[in-house]
Amino acid sequence: MCLAVPVRVERLLDNEMAVVEMDGLRKEISLALVDGVREGDYVILHVGYALTRLDPEEAERTLALFAELANRLDDLGEVRP
Amino acid sequence: MKYVDEFRDGTLACGLARAIAAEVRPSRDYHLMEFCGGHTHAVSRYGIQDLLPPNVRLIHGPGCPVCVLPIGRIDSAIALAQEHDVILCTYGDVLRVPASERRSLLQAKAAGADVRMVYSSLDALRIAQETPDREVVFFAIGFETTTPPTAAAVRQAKALGLKNFTAFCNHVLTPAAIRGILDSTAPEGTGRAKGARLDGIIGPSHVSTVIGSRPYEFVAEQYQRPVVIAGFEPLDVMQSILMLIRQINAGRAEVENEFTRAVNRDGNHKAQTLVAEVFDLRPAFEWRGLGVIPYSALCINAAYGDFDTERRFPIPYRAVADHKGCECGAILRGVKKPQDCRLFGTACIPENPVGSCMVSSEGACAAHYTYGRYRDYRDAGPTRKAVND
Ligand code: SF4
Repeated sequence: MCLAVPVRVERLLDNEMAVVEMDGLRKEISLALVDGVREGDYVILHVGYALTRLDPEEAERTLALFAELANRLDDLGEVRP
Repeated sequence: MKYVDEFRDGTLACGLARAIAAEVRPSRDYHLMEFCGGHTHAVSRYGIQDLLPPNVRLIHGPGCPVCVLPIGRIDSAIALAQEHDVILCTYGDVLRVPASERRSLLQAKAAGADVRMVYSSLDALRIAQETPDREVVFFAIGFETTTPPTAAAVRQAKALGLKNFTAFCNHVLTPAAIRGILDSTAPEGTGRAKGARLDGIIGPSHVSTVIGSRPYEFVAEQYQRPVVIAGFEPLDVMQSILMLIRQINAGRAEVENEFTRAVNRDGNHKAQTLVAEVFDLRPAFEWRGLGVIPYSALCINAAYGDFDTERRFPIPYRAVADHKGCECGAILRGVKKPQDCRLFGTACIPENPVGSCMVSSEGACAAHYTYGRYRDYRDAGPTRKAVND
């Protein structure tokens, strides 16, 4: 029940609600816990509420870090397990 | 799904596995606890332990909300539904948690009590609006992720002037549980440890989006153990393990954050303010497996007292011992593994759980039953019978 997923905010509604999209599914969720969410933002959805906004630049940076690490090991000619 | 699939890439996982293998020192062991049940699930589902060198051991922690709920609290919820004739709303996993005499809320429902599964606290609120002639109780459980949604519902109930809605608050606090776990461990070499040996902690993802990374700093400062807050996906967990190993090798103990796309040091200020508006600290709360931990849970404060189930109904609390033979307590402290329980996979299975760790997919026993038990067979070899065969 702690599972939470990143979803895209498709449309803002009244009363701090919004329609989000996840894998083609649409759902109404509450934005009462997060300020300043805009359409197109990704938020982490948990039990019907957005918990926080997802930072796309930080996500890219983390992925780049993984890739760099893998490449560096290749360059070093590390033996694969 | 965006922001999910990229973090499950198999090639990158192999790269991270090699990076970990390259940094690990063969001369020592690394005992790392993943605190959160979501991580326990990910570790089991993606077989992360298999990608690690044998001297890196992952220990499951107590961060599964239904696992740590003691029997006495479920008994109280059952009593509310049966004796006070309320509509009891709660999250799905809670319904199957075994209470006294292996009863559950699901059984109470089958016997006629009005117990309803909800996806969100908002659903409970809606039920209260739609049935003004019935008392509706939201049986609220969970860590800092589910607490703000409960606070939001209580505040909204007050704004709407609802007279028939209360919340039975059982929200618990992650940092207090980490302290409880660390207090049960003794320094290496003293031979007094009643808890698990812990060299580092993989910090929760979603709890940390709310509370930030600051509340873990005492772990580094007072207990000299490193913490790395990890995202939910397998690559996040692998990267966090690498970061922990680097800290341990360098003799460092700091709070680091791998989940920068959603977590910062301060957390979600709006959610924290709302929680502070509605809740007070409880002086003491009983946890399954960890016993009574001071200041480890919340209750509804006086300003919102009209929406507090514990003020509206007499619900005496009685501590109840776990089922004899169930090792959940030791598993939640990281001292034992699911395979160590003699009921695992025989008397206790997800469809018919004896203990709470077999209920939710985040529970250590359920995760191991679903994804890990085949490894027991493999590791047991062709001549030896697997655990609980
Ligand atoms: S297998 Fe079942 S009985 Fe054994 S520790 Fe796990 S939940 Fe408890």
